[in-house]
Amino acid sequence: MKAIVELNALLRKELLLEWRRQSALGGVILYLFSMVFLAYLAFDGRINTETWNALFWLILLFSAMNAIMKAFIQENERRHIYYYTMVSPTTFINAKIIYNAVLLVCLALLGFAVFSSFMGNPVQSLSLFLINLLLGMVGFASVLCLVSAIASRARNNFTLMAVLGFPLILPLLLVLIRVSGQTIYGTSFSAVTPGFVTILLLTAIAITLSNVLFPYIWKD
Amino acid sequence: MQNFRNNWWKIAGILLLVWVIAGGLLFDVPQLPVLHETIRNIYYHVGMWFGMIFILFAGLVFSIRYLLWNDPADDVKAYAAVLVGLLFGALGLLTGMIWAKFTWGSFWVNDPKLNGAVVGVLTYLAYVVLRGSVDDRDKKARLAAVYNVFAFVLFFIFIMIIPRLASASIHPGLDGNPALSTGDLAPEMRKVFFPAIAGWFIMAYWLFTVLYRTMRINLKIEEITENS
Repeated sequence: MKAIVELNALLRKELLLEWRRQSALGGVILYLFSMVFLAYLAFDGRINTETWNALFWLILLFSAMNAIMKAFIQENERRHIYYYTMVSPTTFINAKIIYNAVLLVCLALLGFAVFSSFMGNPVQSLSLFLINLLLGMVGFASVLCLVSAIASRARNNFTLMAVLGFPLILPLLLVLIRVSGQTIYGTSFSAVTPGFVTILLLTAIAITLSNVLFPYIWKD
Repeated sequence: MQNFRNNWWKIAGILLLVWVIAGGLLFDVPQLPVLHETIRNIYYHVGMWFGMIFILFAGLVFSIRYLLWNDPADDVKAYAAVLVGLLFGALGLLTGMIWAKFTWGSFWVNDPKLNGAVVGVLTYLAYVVLRGSVDDRDKKARLAAVYNVFAFVLFFIFIMIIPRLASASIHPGLDGNPALSTGDLAPEMRKVFFPAIAGWFIMAYWLFTVLYRTMRINLKIEEITENS
């Protein structure tokens, strides 16, 4: 019960912080938009379905990295001491994961809208494609939150975030791209179930590990 | 005598590897299509890969120990283990690439097993970069230990799951390609293969102890020069 109250308070705090600092979120959205437009100009309309798929996921990956980077870095180091006295570390990391998962899902839907309006929309099984997108973003958030927490404690944050995050996110990304490719050509739910199960499994493991490991790094 | 009692396993390791190098190159092997003489690579490539997994697993254990008991020695041990693991991983990749050139016709093919290997090497290089970018020794140890545990678990799930999910793999041991399951290995190769595994394990552990002691001495020197 206490955990739910804490979680609720932390989520409201995240929302409030986001609202007060709209420029941060605006920066991420602008980044996404610029990448899509850049891809549109670079490919000049000549794009096949496989390239569409790979490009879409790469753009989402970079935007997600950017968005989650600010999850820990924008918070003042000293504020963590304050949180430390108020809530348990597992609730704290879970709140971060939930908030960032929701943020990434919104970002991905926006990204899909912008991307398909510039590059066309070849997706045939739209609902499965969207489920895959949703699961993928939740997975990204659960893997990258802990990485962001680690990177925020070290020097040259952004490079480190990318270096630490890419090898860990790659398994998830490969599964996502493959399932996404299937849904583009049209598929049934039973055909993509193994992919979904893998994504959920990786997500569950990442969340469990974050809960176990985060308490060790959050007090400095 | 004391010296011998402490170091006999190093001599055993050297003898085993001399046996493996000489025997591995000289003894008769079954003549199989496509593979021919390249089958000898199993003594080196597979042995080194097992050695890498063994030493990286040791690194994971040291990282967990560090998180539980905060002993700085465990952190240094974990780092030493990862460095040895990277060396063995690089050698495993190199021997694999040479083998691939003569069996598959090119140094690199797009195969889930090979990509998994690269992801593993990248993960541990990232671990080294992470250590380089934190100054405070205590903080460095804690962040590195947390990353090591996180990365090891995700990486091993990755190499367990993805090749099974993927459409196809041409690497031995997958998709019905023979490798190490019972009965696949010819009897005349076992007398070199099993010593090879033992030899590479001993070599990995020996390198690890040398590296660990060097690092500890360097830390001592650093401490002394800082204090004086």
